[in-house]
Amino acid sequence: MELKTPLYDVHIAEGGRIVPFAGYLLPVQYGTGVVAEHMAVREKAGLFDVSHMGEITFKGPTALRTLNHILTNDFTGMKAGRVRYSVMCNERGGCVDDVLVYKFGEEDYLVVVNASNRRKDFAHMAANTLEGTEIEDVSDSLAQVALQGPASPAIMEKLLPRERIPQKYYTALRGVEIDGMNCMISRTGYTGENGYEIYTACENAEKLWKTLRVAGAEFGLIPCGLGARDTLRLEAAMPLYGHEMDEDITPLEAGLSFGVKLGKEEFIGRDALVAAGEPKRVRVGLAVTGRGIIREHQDVFIGGELIGRTTSGTHCPYLGRAAAMALIDAKHAALGTAVEADVRGRRVAAEIVPLPFYVKKD
Amino acid sequence: MANIPAELKYTKSHEWLKEEDGLVVVGLTDFAANALGDIVFINLPQVGDEVTAGESFADVESVKAVSDVYSPVSGRVAEINEALLDAPERVNQDPYGAWFIKIEGAAGAEELLDAAAYEAVCAAEEEA
Repeated sequence: MELKTPLYDVHIAEGGRIVPFAGYLLPVQYGTGVVAEHMAVREKAGLFDVSHMGEITFKGPTALRTLNHILTNDFTGMKAGRVRYSVMCNERGGCVDDVLVYKFGEEDYLVVVNASNRRKDFAHMAANTLEGTEIEDVSDSLAQVALQGPASPAIMEKLLPRERIPQKYYTALRGVEIDGMNCMISRTGYTGENGYEIYTACENAEKLWKTLRVAGAEFGLIPCGLGARDTLRLEAAMPLYGHEMDEDITPLEAGLSFGVKLGKEEFIGRDALVAAGEPKRVRVGLAVTGRGIIREHQDVFIGGELIGRTTSGTHCPYLGRAAAMALIDAKHAALGTAVEADVRGRRVAAEIVPLPFYVKKD
Repeated sequence: MANIPAELKYTKSHEWLKEEDGLVVVGLTDFAANALGDIVFINLPQVGDEVTAGESFADVESVKAVSDVYSPVSGRVAEINEALLDAPERVNQDPYGAWFIKIEGAAGAEELLDAAAYEAVCAAEEEA
């Protein structure tokens, strides 16, 4: 039985095509379709319901030590109001999840996790929390919407004075009132575009959605579903849990070393990562040069030699061509390498290219 | 509601067909194109290939999914619509103009539906 987010009725009214996803009923697209929604985010603005995401608070005098123990990134010296990406590893160095960590005070953090991993993550966190840290899963009380696209700052400035809007990427402001609704505004997103993720109590969700829709109308803002969320993140080469990483893929293999501080004294999974050394397989980008679309779980070859497997792939609407990400043998990962993927029995040619496929202009 | 022209025949798997100059012209219905969403790639057979009633002869990829297209009759591919290879979005824009293949020597048809029967199939799928 799937849950409804606080915006379910709004999605129906907006013409959303509803599908089950990570235990929730969410729109995969609205009437305009995935390509139009994708292009709106690249060129104007799009609004997503991401209320399914999980939120877990970490509070208390040892909260920082707990986070440094269970997460791969280093939160020492992080300033309040900052946001930091991290992976959470198991003892084998595989990925339990990837998360965003918000710091609001020395003893006050919020960790945002993938919806599909929420229960598993909380159990893992609870089992590894140090004395003096209280953790709480507050997901059910929070709605989250993502306003993404180059027009996002102009839309926000219609609703708030500039000083109440976070100005730098990966910063956040709490206690911001939008039309009387108490919100946390984060300058983050999962599209490769400028934008915000806005958190508020569930009872505000509908009003917040409508307020943003009205403010964004003159800028061409449209509602966007899970389909565009996936094509946008893939074009921007942002990893998705269950695809580019899972319990058996390390963050170093997934190309996430920027969020893994092996120099830290200790964290769960560190010993396994150090022992494994340089990854023997790595995440690469594939630009499809042949005819067709390479999707996830397709074997990648050089001639007769199997060198890896794709983790995600689709048609990229902004680039106007197909692209995929793959985990392949490190010794075959050089840029420019010509490979082939087995697409339902047919070989489709591709080339290893730098990630991301798309970089925003400003 | 999907557009279902009365003069065409249909299959339960959402192909449309008609006879034209002794050939069977096959395409994908408006209902199917809409269900797939934005179509971004089509793989067609080659002229001269044999097709078999009830078996896949092409695949259609939308942004989110790949779907087989099944031949309503057995026969030989006489023509393919090469314009679709470069402009697959025409299936979304004009599903009954954007034919896929024309088949010669057609025999052994799958169960074919008239517009009213096909409309009932679509209605049942929308309910599900």
